[in-house]
Amino acid sequence: MNVDGIEKAALAAIDAATDEQSLDDARIRFLGRRGELTALARGLGRMSAAERPAAGAAINAAKERVQSAVEARRRRLGAQQLERELAEEAVDVTLPGRRRPGGSLHPITMTFRRIERIFEAAGYDVVSGPEIEDEHHNFEALNIPADHPARAMHDTLYLDNGMLLRTHTSPVQVRVMETQPPPIRVICPGRVYRKDNVDASHSPMFHQVEGLVVDEGIAFADLKGAVVDFVHGFFEQDLEVRFRPSYFPFTEPSAEVDVRCVHCLGAGCRACGQSGWTEVLGCGMVHPNVLSMAGIDTERYTGFAFGGGVDRFATIFYEIDDMRLLFDNELRFLRQFG
Amino acid sequence: MKFSEQWLREWVPVEVSTDELCDQLTNAGLEVDGVAEVAGDFDGVVVARIAAVKPHPDAAKLVVCEVDDGSASLSVVCGAPNVRAGMLSAFARVAAVLPGGVQIDRANLQGVESHGMLCSAEELGLGGGADGILELDDGLRPGDDLHTALALDDVTIDLDLTPNRGDAFSIRGLAREVGVLNEVPVSAPEIPSVAPIADAVFPVVVDNPVGCPRYLGRVVQDVDVGRPTPTWMRERLRRCGLRPIDPVVDVTNYVLLELGQPMHAFDLDRLDGGIVVRDGQPGESLTLLDGTIVEVDAKVLLITDAAGPVAIAGVMGGDRSGVRSTTRNVFLECAYFDPATVSATSRRYGLNTDAAHRYARGVDYRLQADAVERATRLLVDIAGGRPGPVVETASEDHLPRPNTVTLRKGRLDRLVGEEIPIAEVERILDRLELAPSVSGDGDDRTWTVTSPSHRFDIALEEDLVEEVLRIHGYDAIASRVPIIPLPLGRARANELIDTRVADLLVDLGYAEAITYSFVDAKVADVLDPNRKPLAVVNPVSSEHAVMRTSLLPGLVAALRNNLARREGRVRLFETGQCFTPGANPRQQRADDEHGDQDEPGLRQATLCGGILFGPREEESWSQGDAGVDFFDVKGDVERLLALGGRTVGFARIADPVLHPGQSAAVMIDGNAAGRFGRLHPEVEDVLELPSGVYVFELDADAVHARRRRRHGTLSRQPSVRRDLALLVDREVAAQRIESVVRKRLGAILADFRLFDVYFGEIIDSNEKSIAIGLTFQHPSRTLTDMEIARYLDETLADLKAELGARLR
Repeated sequence: MNVDGIEKAALAAIDAATDEQSLDDARIRFLGRRGELTALARGLGRMSAAERPAAGAAINAAKERVQSAVEARRRRLGAQQLERELAEEAVDVTLPGRRRPGGSLHPITMTFRRIERIFEAAGYDVVSGPEIEDEHHNFEALNIPADHPARAMHDTLYLDNGMLLRTHTSPVQVRVMETQPPPIRVICPGRVYRKDNVDASHSPMFHQVEGLVVDEGIAFADLKGAVVDFVHGFFEQDLEVRFRPSYFPFTEPSAEVDVRCVHCLGAGCRACGQSGWTEVLGCGMVHPNVLSMAGIDTERYTGFAFGGGVDRFATIFYEIDDMRLLFDNELRFLRQFG
Repeated sequence: MKFSEQWLREWVPVEVSTDELCDQLTNAGLEVDGVAEVAGDFDGVVVARIAAVKPHPDAAKLVVCEVDDGSASLSVVCGAPNVRAGMLSAFARVAAVLPGGVQIDRANLQGVESHGMLCSAEELGLGGGADGILELDDGLRPGDDLHTALALDDVTIDLDLTPNRGDAFSIRGLAREVGVLNEVPVSAPEIPSVAPIADAVFPVVVDNPVGCPRYLGRVVQDVDVGRPTPTWMRERLRRCGLRPIDPVVDVTNYVLLELGQPMHAFDLDRLDGGIVVRDGQPGESLTLLDGTIVEVDAKVLLITDAAGPVAIAGVMGGDRSGVRSTTRNVFLECAYFDPATVSATSRRYGLNTDAAHRYARGVDYRLQADAVERATRLLVDIAGGRPGPVVETASEDHLPRPNTVTLRKGRLDRLVGEEIPIAEVERILDRLELAPSVSGDGDDRTWTVTSPSHRFDIALEEDLVEEVLRIHGYDAIASRVPIIPLPLGRARANELIDTRVADLLVDLGYAEAITYSFVDAKVADVLDPNRKPLAVVNPVSSEHAVMRTSLLPGLVAALRNNLARREGRVRLFETGQCFTPGANPRQQRADDEHGDQDEPGLRQATLCGGILFGPREEESWSQGDAGVDFFDVKGDVERLLALGGRTVGFARIADPVLHPGQSAAVMIDGNAAGRFGRLHPEVEDVLELPSGVYVFELDADAVHARRRRRHGTLSRQPSVRRDLALLVDREVAAQRIESVVRKRLGAILADFRLFDVYFGEIIDSNEKSIAIGLTFQHPSRTLTDMEIARYLDETLADLKAELGARLR
């Protein structure tokens, strides 16, 4: 058979190879030591010197083409093989990943963090104090002597060691003023306690945050500014804020702060009892008796204080309609905040 | 405090609408809590006289009335028990509409035609309580519209008054305030004195002038308590939230509302000897008007007679001497009692009476003479009687002294933050009846004020600042941003960022819980049997009776809550203060972030605890359903402790609430810092928990403290690892092997791995096989095989000597 014929047959055999084995068989059949093209080359010796160069060149060219055909086929077969293997390894990408789901922070903690971030950014320190307090820090040092009618506003829980559960975070103010000279800029977040029965809007344990600024030249106008900025910062909108004269024994003048109801913006709804306002904070200028008791010169320094129910802020912001949910610790409730 | 708007407007005729009036009050610090109509919505109801009453022919409980409605005589069927010929009542004519939209038609009631309906107070929205149809005064004219006749165009305004504003606890006080706000003069009714027409007096001795600086008494004889209180007075009482009772009580209540002066009326014939105002004596007791019996002692100020206590001063009268239907002769008491005394007694016995409320906040101590005259006039007008002279027992020395307070313009403006003009300040002080004496000019202006007898809250300059600001208007002051220096703080390498621990626990899959700090005493005892918790003296319930010494009771309760709601996999954590009585106070750290404070004999430490139950992983196609075990809780604890990066150790503990074989104490830098493990099966049983509950509880400050990290040297030399399989006694703690190895090898040991633990048949049942991998690396040169062989030999020798370990 001539070169062309053998080459044709070889290319056909290579093309027909479907796997590594049949490809190798074809290669050996044509290019092996006893392969057909190899045999042709071996026959060159029997040719005349004149024929030999041309015939040799033709055989070599054919061998090269067959060789590269083998390699091309091998690559293709390899690619097909890989394709098959990868197809077998395919997974359902819509199945859920192998994960350990995260938990959640309590909405009260998230609210504390929102509040703390706002004040820390303005240079306030965050301080805490003990939840079991003495009469001095919870009442007397805050200008609430025994038998003061204001004590009726605080349904105090007493302990059998003669101490009490703090009814507000204001004693932390006292502790700060007792230990730190002005200027003072702190907020005091924490748990507080009152003898209230549990219902949708009451709990014997709740949370407050207290703010205190004492420095030279601190005025009522500063209090208004701080409180308004805080309310706007917390609710992330410029809600109308109203200051009403009120009474706290430890501030004078004192004010209650109402904010436009975030639900109805003043139109009146169930959440605000149709008033259009939500009471969120109590505040005032620190009473001179309180400053004096802490050893602060009331002629030189003035200050303001404010305090609010964190549970209130949380229930408004996270739209929680029943305070009992806060302390039930039901995972279905908690997971919503994850 | 509830009051009738109409009554207030009679005292101070302002032109503002009800809404505006309410806003004014709220903005002046007298918060309006609610506004309610004084009557239901009805139409076509008139005053009518019942001319005659005849029995109903077929119904025993009904009568047939002949009713004169001013224009006709109508036959009306009625079933009220109080219906009688001659009385005036409210009559709904045919076509009248009653509250709730009920229309009145002609009706046939058991065979008799009824042309309209006689109405009860309740049916007209005029308050309930009284049986039968409304009884009206004789002075009214049949045919008059009931709205006009009773002046029902009125609302009840409910005020939430703060304790400092005792002066506003009356129509008189509110009128003064509203007058100030509107610059309208108050037109108080004339209170002429009532000349005595009898000589009768009743002796009064005040033993305790501190508690009772002033006591006025007056005898009124021959009072007819059977006469009805006139409709106008009953209506006013009702609109102010009080129930009409009899003329004597009604009159004292009326004066209480009108002037703010509490009074008490005794049945003179039931008093014995004379009145002595004195402290109680141990063993004495008193039955009050409401039937409750109170034991008193020396802290309680009493009104007594020869037979014992007849009233708790300023709080409530006693049953024995109270006015009743048979009373003929009355002794009126009108006193000024010390606010603190009344406040203490009222709180102690939980007696929040109208009188106590006012006395505790301070009653105008110059009001008593007027009040007793006002009451006498009203009483005699309504119920007749012959008043005797007023007898006053007073101790000027013990009456409150007016305060003299000076307000400086400079101080005012500095505290407010802007200038309030002098003329405005003076207008406000004048209107508040503070009558300042003025001196200085411009910024040196000062105003000196003598506190009036009705104000108990003017003692300091700041009190006057508040008065000026309150009337000027809080909203009139512009807000400004406080200008403060902004010193920079220091970064803190030796503590974690506050939120870090909670954030990690959340990332580890825990939901944060907040549980009550007071817990059930029984549960507390089960979960901490060795410590006696502080008890709440007046708990809200038995479930909240003692202060937690640990977070476990709350976490267990939270777990149970969730199990009850069919949650199968629970991971919860809480950070909060726990309270250990009797504990030695700790040294307070200067940088204590959690505010731990230790009173002598009480430790208040912030703990961070968690509870785990259920499968390790959420149910999923890809993960098994194995339950959590000891090493899950330990792994989470280790992650937490790794934040601080300090030296951590674990050791078995004998903790009565934890499984003895699956619990450990945590040591940080050698100090106890918490515990974790599985709940003791007996504890699980007692608390009816399922088996397999794991908990941890760590000291928050210990976790919070952080080792400052520093770069060491990273060796460029090749490292060599050698693995050893050791046989040791089962009881040898793995951590000891690591300690021995580390102690021997020191810095040359670049890494220690414990990669296998084996118990089983191939080895002695008293032993276990531990496989460890040691990585050696020298900082500056390559270690030779010989050197490594020597290290291994030395290490094995130590392990053998200290732990009895041998190569497997």
